[in-house]
Formats: sequence, structure tokens, C-alpha cells
Amino acid sequence: MEMEKEGGARVIRLKDVEKEYENGTYALRGITLTIEDGEFVFLVGPSGSGKSTIIKLLTGEILPTSGRVVVNGFSLTKISDRQIPLLRRSIGVIFQDFRLIEKKTVYENLSFAMRAVGASPRTIKNRIPYVLKLVGLEEKADQYPYELSGGEQQRVGIARALVNNPITIIADEPTANVDPARSLEIMRLLNRINELGTTVVVVTHERDLVNRFHKRVVLLEDGLITGDGIGYDAK
Amino acid sequence: MQRHDFGYFIHEGVSNLFSHGFMSFAAIGITVACLLIMGTFTLVAYNAEMLLRTLESEYEILAFVDDGCNEAQTKAVGEAIARLDNVKSVEFITREEAMEAFEERNLDEYMRRNILPEMFRDRYAVYVNDLNQVKQTAAAVEAVEGIGEGNVRVDEDIAGGFILVRDVASAVSLALIAILLVVSVFIISNTIRLTTFDRRDEIAIMKMVGATNGFIRWPFVYEGFLLGLLSSLIAFGLQWLVYASVAKGIEAADTLQFLSTVPFSQIWKPVAASFGAAGIIIGVGGSLTAIRKFLQV
Ligand SMILES: Nc1ncnc2c1ncn2[C@@H]1O[C@H](COP(=O)(O)OP(=O)(O)OP(=O)(O)O)[C@@H](O)[C@H]1O
Ligand SMILES: [Mg+2]
Repeated sequence: MEMEKEGGARVIRLKDVEKEYENGTYALRGITLTIEDGEFVFLVGPSGSGKSTIIKLLTGEILPTSGRVVVNGFSLTKISDRQIPLLRRSIGVIFQDFRLIEKKTVYENLSFAMRAVGASPRTIKNRIPYVLKLVGLEEKADQYPYELSGGEQQRVGIARALVNNPITIIADEPTANVDPARSLEIMRLLNRINELGTTVVVVTHERDLVNRFHKRVVLLEDGLITGDGIGYDAK
Repeated sequence: MQRHDFGYFIHEGVSNLFSHGFMSFAAIGITVACLLIMGTFTLVAYNAEMLLRTLESEYEILAFVDDGCNEAQTKAVGEAIARLDNVKSVEFITREEAMEAFEERNLDEYMRRNILPEMFRDRYAVYVNDLNQVKQTAAAVEAVEGIGEGNVRVDEDIAGGFILVRDVASAVSLALIAILLVVSVFIISNTIRLTTFDRRDEIAIMKMVGATNGFIRWPFVYEGFLLGLLSSLIAFGLQWLVYASVAKGIEAADTLQFLSTVPFSQIWKPVAASFGAAGIIIGVGGSLTAIRKFLQV
């Protein structure tokens, strides 16, 4: 019932969202933003403009000071502790520093993420080869993260975000630690994942990269949305 | 409801345990020591209690009936004594029976020939419930009409020592159980906190992908459970050895013949159950303390 009220189980909706951190920093000053099912959105803006703050709101890591946040049918202002894991299963998160487990192989990193949400060994065995193939790492399944290049490590990060079949993929500067040529590959991969039906939200600094894709760009400045349209220079 | 991935949790728990082999070893060692100390004091208290019960059942106050009493009056005296506080039972002993008993105990021919029933008096053997109150009971018996002052004999205070041992051992074991439980929980919780620290990246990832707190918690609970269980097994074995050898020592010592110990074979079940329960409570308590903070966010 929650879903209908909030306009669908696969939509992200922010309404008049403000965020003041405990130390008094005003990171968001009234954000209203809707991301529909299946969209691909770049979230851009200068350092400190509040991009990561939005991401943390979406994943339930922090709560808004005021306003409403609804993600995939979960209302973040009303969510109970027991529902947080369910919200997070609907989102795959990709980090700029990859956050892989160094002691586990590529395959184990993925199976770890699946096991953590109670996937059966059979599902795991079927799903991982598919996802590894999608990110082009089927050859590297038994390697450790330190044996991979930055771009490859990030593709493992993407595979992990994808492995539990989320509704939304959220990436916070996924190409920041990857060289430019590999960055383009990463973006193309995210684009392909989007084409397969997953909503994708990408935070990035790289204007050139954004301009190579004909996608929606939301520009954030000083905690406010100052632009929203196709292409970086849309405002 | 998510199924309980028992194999996975146990596997993770065991590998946690080995990832800090030395700390786990130390935690087990300290927990074993704590369990042994608690167990030893409890067993001393228990044996003192058992000894006291035997003593209590054998301990008698002798109340000599005034020679002037007729049969009915003597009977009334017995009934009056039986009504007193702390009196468990009263047994009437005639002067003839008393003499026979005396003769049995004193085999000296000369004495035997020279004693007469008239030298003895009818008496009551009074058995009490609580040795602690013998003096008050004796005084009450003395006050009964037909007995009178100076006509009550109280055995020497052999019970006093045991009462002291029992009371001290009970108090100490209670205090120790409280203190050592806290100490053991603290030690185990610190060991597990180390593992959680090692695994903080994994925990962060588990949370990020939507693992429930229960899922994240279980391996650490099993780790604590195993630490506690191992400790209690080792402590039980050692307790057995210690108990058996002390009991044997007491039996062999001439001066300690009056002490009797309950054989371990009679008490091993409750001892094992208590050690197991204490070990598991300590282990699981320790792990829950360790991961409590970890699961917010
Ligand atoms: N935990 C926090 N406590 C207090 N202030 C914070 C916290 N996190 C972020 N901020 C502040 O909130 C503002 C927005 O930060 P945020 O991380 O969202 O920026 P950003 O757009 O992601 O920047 P960047 O591009 O550098 O990553 C900044 O002024 C930052 O200093
Ligand atoms: Mg940021």
C-alpha cells in the first residue's frame, strides 16, 4: 500500500529535502528530484555541493533533517530498522575506492555479497558466471583484487552491486581511481546495465565523460539543484 | 524469513576463532581458570553443607529428667521439649538403656562392676534442625519444667567449624561467581571485538548489500559459543581431576577421617550442566557485548 501511495516501487523521489549535519553544516537546502524506473542520471556538481549526501540519504545511511525521501517503495523518514536491509537489497552501491575484500577472490567477493542476503548455493552458482560475463571478467574469477588493475577492480565492484539483481544502481564517483580510457569502459558498462533495465545514478566530476553520453544530468551547487536536463551544459 | 545458514555461521565462527589463535587461547585459559575457581568454591560449600547435614542428624542434646517425676510427668516433659522451636525429634532413653550404652562404651571391668542403674537418670535425646541455634535450644530445654538448670548437656562445638566453612565458602562462591562471570565475559568480549575489528570491512559490505543484523551477528555468536563451550569442557575435566585427587588425599590422611566427601560420580551431572551453562552464558554474553555497538547504523 505504501508503494501506491508513494508512486511506485521502483521510483526515487525527494521532496523539499534538507540536510544539516550534526556539526551545523548545511549540505542540502531543499532538494526536489524524481528519478523514474529505468532512467540513467548523472549527478554532477562542485566538490562539497552535496552529491554524496544525496547518495547517503538514498541508502539509508543518514536521515534527512526535513523533507521526504522515497526509494523503491521505502519511505526513508518512516523506515524501521528491520526494513533497512530490504531497502538496501533493492540498491546496488558502487564506490570510488571499490571496497573489495582483499582476502577473497573475485568469485568469493561476489558469493559473499549473495550469501549475506541469504541466496542459496545454487542461485549463487548460477548467477555469478552471468554477472562476471556481463562485466567481462569471467577469466578473472579466481584472482585476488590486488592482482587486478583499477579498472578491473571497479568492474568487480559493479558486478557485486549487480549480483543481487537490484532495482537501482548507485555509483559515487566510480571512475575517480581509474585511468581515463578505463573510465569510459566503466561508463559504457553502466550504460549497458541500464539498457538491461536497471535504474542507474552516477555521481561524477568528469564533464567530458558525461558529455559523451546523451543522458539526463542533474547539477547540484551548494546544496541546491541548479540544473536538470539532457547533457552537462543543459542548464 | 531467511533460513539459518548454520554451516556458514559455524564455519565463520571457527575461522574467527583461529584468526586470533593466541587471544582465543588466552580467553579460554582465563575462562577455564574462572570456572575452576567458581566450581571449587561451590563444591567446597556443597561438601561442607553435606557434612553439616550428617552432623545435624546425629547431633543430640541430652536433657536429664528430674528424679522426682513420675511416668506421666516424664512423658509431659518429652512433649514439652518436642514443642520447642528448632527441635526436630525427641527420643526417650531410660536409665537402664543409658547404663547399657555406657557399659558398651567403657569396657573397664572395675567400672562395670561398680555402676548401678541408680547412678543414671532417665533422659531425652533431643535432635535439632539447625545447629546454629543449639545454644538457644539448649537453654529452652533447660527451662522446661522437670528438667531444670544444669541438667542439659550440649556436645562440644564440633559443628561450629563446619558452619563457618560452609558459610564462608557459600558467600565467597557467590561473590566469585558474580565477579568472575563479569571478568570472563569481558575477556571473551574483547577477543571477539578483535575479530569484529578485523572484519569491519566485511561487516560494512554486508550491511551495504542488505544483510540483516542477525546474519552479521551469528558468526560472532557462534565464536563466543565455541569459546565458552571449549572452556567449560576443559574446566570440567580439570575440576574432576582436582576434586578426585583432593578427595583421595582427605581419605588417605589419618587426621581428616571425620571429613567425608561426596564422590564425584554422584555429582558430575549437575557439575557438568553448570559448567556448560556458565561457559555458554559467558561465551554468548561476551560476543553479544562485543558486537552490540557494531550493529547500529
Ligand atoms: N559527516 C559529515 N559531517 C559534517 N559535515 C559533512 C559530513 N559529510 C559531508 N559534510 C559536509 O557537507 C557538505 C556536502 O558534502 P558532500 O560529501 O555531500 O559533498 P560532495 O558533493 O559529495 O563533494 P565531493 O565532490 O568532494 O565528494 C560539505 O560541506 C561537507 O563538508
Ligand atoms: Mg562526494
